[in-house]
Amino acid sequence: MSLSFTPDELRFRDEVREFIAARLSPEMRRATSLSVSFFSDPDLVAPWQAALNERGWVAPGWPAEHGGPGWTATQRWIFESECSRAGAPQLSPMGIKMVGPVLIRFGTPAQKNFYLPRILSGEDRWCQGYSEPGSGSDLASLKTRAVRDGDHYVVSGTKIWTTHAHFANRMFALVRTSDEPRQQDGISFLLIDMDSPGITIRPILMISGDHDVNQVFFDDVRVPVGNLVGEQGRGWTYGKYLLEFERGGGVNSPKLRAALEKVRNLAGSDLSHRAIAYPEIAMRLSEIELDLQTLEFAELQVLSALQRGENPGPVSSLLKLRASEIHQAISRVGVDVVGQNLMVEERRRPLAALNEELLVSPEVLSVVPRHLNGRANTIFGGSSEIQRDIIAKQVLGL
Amino acid sequence: MDLAQSEAQQMLRHSIERYVTEHYDQQRRRQAAQDPGGFKRANWQAFADLGWLGLPFAEDVGGVGGGSVEVAILMEEFGRGLATEPFLGTVLLAGALIAKCGTPEQQAELLQPVIEGHTLLSFAHYETDARAGLSTVRTAALRSGSGWMLQGHKTNVLDGGSADSHVVSARLPDAEGGGIALFVMPKDAVGLTLRDAPRLGGGRVADLTFDHVVLASDARLGSSADEMTAIEAAIDRAIAAIGAEAAGLMRSMFEATLEYTKVRKQFGRPLSANQVIRHRLVDMYVQCEEAKAMASRAALMIDAEDVAIERSLVASGAKVKIGRCARNVAEQAIQLHGAMGVTDELDLGIYFKRLLVFEAMFGSVEYHLRRHVELLARSRPE
Ligand SMILES: Cc1cc2nc3c(=O)[nH]c(=O)nc-3n(C[C@H](O)[C@H](O)[C@H](O)COP(=O)(O)OP(=O)(O)OC[C@H]3O[C@@H](n4cnc5c(N)ncnc54)[C@H](O)[C@@H]3O)c2cc1C
Repeated sequence: MSLSFTPDELRFRDEVREFIAARLSPEMRRATSLSVSFFSDPDLVAPWQAALNERGWVAPGWPAEHGGPGWTATQRWIFESECSRAGAPQLSPMGIKMVGPVLIRFGTPAQKNFYLPRILSGEDRWCQGYSEPGSGSDLASLKTRAVRDGDHYVVSGTKIWTTHAHFANRMFALVRTSDEPRQQDGISFLLIDMDSPGITIRPILMISGDHDVNQVFFDDVRVPVGNLVGEQGRGWTYGKYLLEFERGGGVNSPKLRAALEKVRNLAGSDLSHRAIAYPEIAMRLSEIELDLQTLEFAELQVLSALQRGENPGPVSSLLKLRASEIHQAISRVGVDVVGQNLMVEERRRPLAALNEELLVSPEVLSVVPRHLNGRANTIFGGSSEIQRDIIAKQVLGL
Repeated sequence: MDLAQSEAQQMLRHSIERYVTEHYDQQRRRQAAQDPGGFKRANWQAFADLGWLGLPFAEDVGGVGGGSVEVAILMEEFGRGLATEPFLGTVLLAGALIAKCGTPEQQAELLQPVIEGHTLLSFAHYETDARAGLSTVRTAALRSGSGWMLQGHKTNVLDGGSADSHVVSARLPDAEGGGIALFVMPKDAVGLTLRDAPRLGGGRVADLTFDHVVLASDARLGSSADEMTAIEAAIDRAIAAIGAEAAGLMRSMFEATLEYTKVRKQFGRPLSANQVIRHRLVDMYVQCEEAKAMASRAALMIDAEDVAIERSLVASGAKVKIGRCARNVAEQAIQLHGAMGVTDELDLGIYFKRLLVFEAMFGSVEYHLRRHVELLARSRPE
């Protein structure tokens, strides 16, 4: 067992650092550091994705034949760490980490040829249509229907909590194509063009005031049969495959480390009147640091297993559970760091664009919305309660 | 011993409950947020007409002569209704300080219009480099002719933007002992700049800058060499009051969650049918009851305790205990609502934000835990 990087890996790390130094502008860093939502604003992401795409670095997890860089798991970890450390915007995971891998595994050659390059270039922006008003944790109960009519499916129903539907031109959706006794068997995986007639988007504001999620209505929307992924009625399997990527994928710790560093810097600065001088703040930060080191090592263990060709198994639930809790602990200690200055509520976005003199600095203003938005970490992508159920069933055999 | 509320207190509770039920709902709340100051003047006038603005003041200045128990009854209901009227800043902080430190003439002149609902006040005390410590006051009061000149900066002033006058703390020159004095500064004083912003969860919060603000000699409240003791007492009482408000906020969040988990079905049954959810609801319930008990205890004892240490122990203790309960109830309420819980469509988020403000206001839970430890050591000498 060894934790140290090989000379090749160190050379790779330097290459990544050089690239970031050359292509990530201070403006992009500042805008990213002041962004408070889960996913970075698409306007902020686009130039960074373009730079990565030139270099072939957009999709670290994809095989080389589909445009991935062909990295080892360690290289991927190094890359993610360096990007987070430098404060680069997060590329939207929905194309790269979610629908991309599903298409690579289950898509037709035509689907791969058409969609994959457009994900890499950023030309297509994807959203995820799983949840419905009546189907959250119990996703298999979903009701949105897709009825076959010639060479089209006619889709009707509604999806909710659709992140960035208002920016997306495509949606991957789970829809009901038949009523099987086992609900999961009647579900199909469909790619929907968001410009199709019959789609309406209703914005939903978060308690922070941010507009990230939406409700999407389908009123007899015609979707070509060629947009079905895999077999009709097997969508549940593909969807679960995707969820494992959404949850695990293995690497949350670099992002969390960057978030923790941000709070630590705030705590050490005049903006918080050096909150770190207070033992309760310093102790919280150290406790979180230890939780994070633990998560980091667990993630590295999974990466190492993947690299040896092993299957990580249901550990992705454990990683999701802890990562989301650590994320919340970080944003929570941020709130304690700013103290009474949390009282100012600022709902204008992006914070980086607010140039006039504010009652408190944008760094301080970003803390509360980040905390409020962060409450969703233990809810989406399978809530903590559901993750515990999965671990109870699949790991403990209960 | 008798911990039952008196008949008068019960009547007060019923009337405030009724008022809140009739006048506060989501739509009206959203409208009020658009009004200058972020609250409805009509409510404020109604509070005056119902005698609530005079509750804690002595009868000889036109008040009702009530105490912290009555204040707690009001505050709990204000919490439940998410009221944004500036009762805390005007009555419980600035008003209380005038009542405590002002001369009889100042009291008569300043408190009557407050009680009648004609003027609003704010208490401008905290400064940028004071995390919670009350004594970090750098704003300076210098002699200027027969009066005073104030120079400095105040922050986190509750509803400062709607105040007609501010009660401002400032440090006296060394020649006069270097203690903290209190001044009443009209909102249109020359050299006063006020900037305000919406406050998390409702109401507003302001920053005040004093650039050679000249005040007449009678602007100083009383003449004590140091008003720190009075400020500390007012803030201790305010902490007891916001503890009651927090108990009301928590209660509303809990009830909404209980209702939601009974109605929301997943996997073919209500969420509340899951044992893990039931136990969590029970814990939330226990914490709501604890918070309420602690708030009632604080309300009863904060007036009775003349000794500063005892009074501060009560306040800090309430802040710690209620703060700990509040955090868990608030976070669980959001969690159990799932994605609905993190949206602006329910009021849940406003309750959540208010409880964040409660935790931070007048010093964090940890600050008060430390204060409690120190006070306890002092109150029990070896
Ligand atoms: C910010 C955000 C972004 C999102 N983005 C997307 C998106 O892009 N696309 C998409 O499809 N969905 C998205 N979601 C939806 C998300 O996947 C769901 O919120 C999640 O699956 C939970 O469903 P629910 O909100 O309906 O909660 P519910 O299922 O109603 O659950 C409410 C609470 O009860 C608990 N609970 C439920 N069942 C049980 C049980 N059997 N035992 C114990 N506890 C239980 C839950 O854990 C939760 O705490 C997003 C959600 C959020 C908050």
